[in-house]
This record gives sequence, C-alpha cells and structure tokens, in this order.
Amino acid sequence: MRFVEEFGDPALARRILADLHATVTRPWALMEVCGGQTHAVLRHGIDQLLPPEVELIHGPGCPVCVTPLEAIDRALAIAARPEVIFCSFGDMLRVPGTGRDLFRVRALGGDVRIVYSPLDAVALAAAHPDRQVVFFAIGFETTAPANAMAALQARRLGLRNFSLLVSHVRVPPALEAILAAPGCRVQAFLAAGHVCSVMGTGEYPPLARRWNVPVVVTGFEPLDLLEGIRRAVQQLESGRAEVENAYPRAVPAEGNPAARAVLADVFEVTDRAWRGIGTIPRSGWRLSERYRDLDAETRFDVGRIRAVEPPECRAGEVLQGRLAPDRCPAFGGRCTPRTPLGATMVSSEGACAAYYRYRTTDLTGARHA
Amino acid sequence: MTMCLAVPGKIVTITDDPLLRMGDVDFGGVVKRVCLGYLPDAQVGEYVVVHVGFAIQRLDEDAARQSLELLTRIGLLEEELAGTPSGPRPGPRSARDGEGAA
Repeated sequence: MRFVEEFGDPALARRILADLHATVTRPWALMEVCGGQTHAVLRHGIDQLLPPEVELIHGPGCPVCVTPLEAIDRALAIAARPEVIFCSFGDMLRVPGTGRDLFRVRALGGDVRIVYSPLDAVALAAAHPDRQVVFFAIGFETTAPANAMAALQARRLGLRNFSLLVSHVRVPPALEAILAAPGCRVQAFLAAGHVCSVMGTGEYPPLARRWNVPVVVTGFEPLDLLEGIRRAVQQLESGRAEVENAYPRAVPAEGNPAARAVLADVFEVTDRAWRGIGTIPRSGWRLSERYRDLDAETRFDVGRIRAVEPPECRAGEVLQGRLAPDRCPAFGGRCTPRTPLGATMVSSEGACAAYYRYRTTDLTGARHA
Repeated sequence: MTMCLAVPGKIVTITDDPLLRMGDVDFGGVVKRVCLGYLPDAQVGEYVVVHVGFAIQRLDEDAARQSLELLTRIGLLEEELAGTPSGPRPGPRSARDGEGAA
C-alpha cells in the first residue's frame, strides 16, 4: 500500500461524484487553499467533472507567488554579493524581481545554488567556512519546520557563516483576510492538508464559527479532493459550518507537536506583506529574538529596496480568487512560463502556471473554453 | 521541485546522529535521505509524509484504510434507494456516470 494509487481509483471517484451530483441543489463557491491542490484539480480535470453548481476558486497557497517583491529584490541584492553563496528552493529562481531574477544574478556571476533541503544549505556553510551562506527561507507552515531546523542545526554546529532570509507566511490569517475582503465569494474552504499535518486543525474552529464557513481539511489525490469537495457541499447544503478532516491519514488533530515546538522557538508571529494582496496582520513568521543573529536581513546591508511590480501583471487578483488566470489579457501571450510577468506563472503551484500547463492545447496559446 | 507537495515514502533505515535524526526513505524505488527529527518515534517500515527533505508527519495506515472503506460505502445506500420510488433525483448524475475521474 503506497497511499497514492488507492486514492486515485476511478470507480470510487465516480461514486463520490454521483453522491455530489445528488446532493447539490444550488450554486456554491469553494476555495481550495493550496496551490498544490489547484494543480491536482486541473491535472486530473476534477473541475470539469463537478456539477455545474460547484465552482472552485483558486486560493493563495503558493508560497513562491505570495513572497513579496521587496523580499525577492533583497534576495537578488544579497545573492549578487561576492562573498555570498545564496541557496534557494528551485521554484524561486525564475520568479521575477524588479527587472531581474535569481537566474540572471547567477548568469552575471552570483553564486546561486538550488537546494532540495534547507539542511543542504547548512552543509554548504560547514563546507565553506570562508563564504557566507544565505538560505532563502520562504513558505507556509508546511515548509517552516524544515527551515527552522536549518537555523537550529546551524546553531548546534556553531556556524557563524550561515544566515536565513526569512519570508514565511501563515494560512489562517490569510483566510480571514479573504473572508473580510469586500465582495468575497468564498463560501467554504478546502484547507491545505499538509499545512495541517504540521499545525493540526485547532486554528480553524474559531474561523469557521466567526464567518459561518465550512472548513474541510483536504488532501491532494483525486479521491481526497473529491471527498473534500463533497463534504464541503454537504455542509453548505445542510446549513452547517464546521471543521472536518477529510485527510486523517496525514493529519492528526494536534498536527506535529515536535515541529510546532521548534517553530515556536525559532520563529515569532509578525505582520507580513503578501505579493499582490498587501499586508495581512499576524500572517507571517520571522526569526525570534533568540535566533535574530541568523537574520540575513540585518547581516547584509543592501540599502533601500525600491520594488516595482510590472503593471501588466494581475497576479494579485488571481491570488485572491477574483480573476481566473485565463481571463488575464496577458495570459499565454505576453506571459508564459518561459517569460513570466508574475510569480503565479512561474511556480509549480501557481494558478496561472497550472492553467497554462493543463488548459492550453497548442503553441498559439489557444485554450479550451 | 514543488514546495507544498509532500510525498509518502517508507522508512528503510534510521541513523540516530547525535545532533539530528536522519533516515533513508523509499519513494516507490527512489531512496532519499530524509530528516526524521520531527518524528522521534517513527520506526523502520513506517510510512511518512516527506516535504523538502523532512518527514513532517506519519502516514496512518489504519486511517487510510478507514477512509477508503468510507468512500467505498458512499453511494451504496443511495444505489439501494435508487430502486425505490423515493430514491434520489437522477438527472445530471446518470448523465455523468460514464466519465472517468482519474
């Protein structure tokens, strides 16, 4: 049992779909929070199998997409310094900053390296005591424990040449912000399964109550997604607004206590600007005072950052579920994964990239209706 | 490389480094070195969910089986009812039954 094939069984998928079709009586708009879920939905064509009444709005859960331009520009400036080995997850390299990206910095001689695990960056620092190794610590609660462990490990090894450029984001405050926005159409959330693997489900009952919105913790395989959607619609149809866990094999209610303890030690909650969305109170993590000496932002003075977004990019509306990616005038023409205007077209979790990959059919950029 | 995606794999070896618990995890034939620091009790043979080189959670086999069993039961009651006059509405359901999902 590998827990992947079983959760893609077409016969069971038909059963869930049949039940969903039998349940739904009127239009509902659900938001899948995580970009990984958006990609799975489009890859498996799940959106096209749903009853016409059920609409999926794509959420902001793409870490690369919401990392603020100012943080990327800061990364570019630090990465260009001769003493620095700049380490990042691969997704980040092609994300456009103001006028350039990390690939460009590398082409111009910057030592920019892709790491698979944050611990690889710590190992690089141990192996190159004469260089400054900086790790670009971005991501949601799923990724934060790994990045926190890098800080912890650097501290244990006594490394003085390791630092982190931190731009972490937290899901629950972002959901609050989405619900509070005028004209919000979201009626239920499919919560990001792997965020909850770490954090558990305890943050959601107050949100479900306050906003009267069902929250269903949902996984990433076809059956997981269909079941998450089915349960959310069931709640909506029966007027309930509860937190349900449709991904119990990877989400215990308490999450991962060991990871949460390290998060609480290494990070502290802070306000954070989300690219395209704006500042959301308490929606980020920064290094706690105990680890502030590992903060690349204070270690490297890069002067004033003047970030300028390309005016043509409407990623902010896409990230808030207000614009379908293929409704953007630049989509598939001026903006493609090879020449992205914004991060949503770059990332393997970005909604624009998902539409480009799964909803365009030929080289001219023509697309399905 | 996808950042939010976490993949299930099976622990094949554990090395209890004094500083950090590491192990090899088998992802359907591809074995990778993974940090097990956040699962201090995980044992060889157990399935874990791995994200950017870290096991973030155990994969609960019993919970997985229960979920599949629950899913298997969805619609069964409905199918039985469908034979009776008070059964659920047919409509779009039957029209879409032929479509695959995966």
